[in-house]
Amino acid sequence: MHFTYNVEGGNFTRAGYASSEIKKILKQLNVDLAIIKRTVVASYEAEVNIVAHAYSGTIFVDITPETILIKFVDEGPGIPDIAMAMKEGFSTATSKVREMGFGAGMGLPNIRKNVDNMNITSEVGKGTVLELTMYLQ
Amino acid sequence: MKVSDVVEKLGLKVLSGAKGLDLEVTGCYVSDLLSDVMGKADAGQIWITLQTHRNVMAIASLKDLAAVILVSDLLPEDDTAKQSEEENIPVLGTHLPTFEIAGKLYALLTK
Ligand SMILES: Nc1ncnc2c1ncn2[C@@H]1O[C@H](COP(=O)(O)OP(=O)(O)O)[C@@H](O)[C@H]1O
Ligand SMILES: [Mg+2]
Repeated sequence: MHFTYNVEGGNFTRAGYASSEIKKILKQLNVDLAIIKRTVVASYEAEVNIVAHAYSGTIFVDITPETILIKFVDEGPGIPDIAMAMKEGFSTATSKVREMGFGAGMGLPNIRKNVDNMNITSEVGKGTVLELTMYLQ
Repeated sequence: MKVSDVVEKLGLKVLSGAKGLDLEVTGCYVSDLLSDVMGKADAGQIWITLQTHRNVMAIASLKDLAAVILVSDLLPEDDTAKQSEEENIPVLGTHLPTFEIAGKLYALLTK
């Protein structure tokens, strides 16, 4: 099963919409609740990162009986130092974004804690690709 | 305990989402950092915060929270209230600051 969602950079009013759709689909498929919960945390954080840090992006969801694969592809500034970005507390979010309660630098660490596998590649000046995998069996 | 019991016992105002007052409360989480709530809150909890924008409801819904309490007489933004109605997750209000309302809710839930 494949689904695709578009994410608009900078538009915080819609942040979380795609993750909410993904949650609905996983519920309909009767996926284990603990797996849904972990997927939702990771998906939300990755979606918000496109909104907060990139210009636009696309989320590709691919569900098989064995795995949930979610790929976040964005056009944006990219991440110059991925190891640094993965660190708890590291954030380049603007003060406006921080005032809203985003930008605590906990997003990527939250993602790592909740998924079975994550792979992130980025090209400065072009964009970032984040692939998340959850195993269903 | 239901959200409606908490409303009654702590004298909270129901600001939106009254259809969710029957939701069962399992606990509480206090934070104004959205990623913190996303990572650590649990289904059925009441979330105490000073954030009033719509993303609060997105998180409340994704995490299956029972209700949101806005402290210090803060009001939900219009689209926050609207989403609270759509999702049937109540937004509650109090004049008390975070420390006091959290203390009262703690006492109530651990009685
Ligand atoms: N999609 C992205 N595009 C560009 N930079 C990103 C992206 N995702 C994360 N980053 C960078 O990694 C940092 C850490 O991300 P994260 O842990 O989610 O914290 P936060 O979003 O709160 O800043 C961000 O501040 C940003 O510099
Ligand atoms: Mg983030």
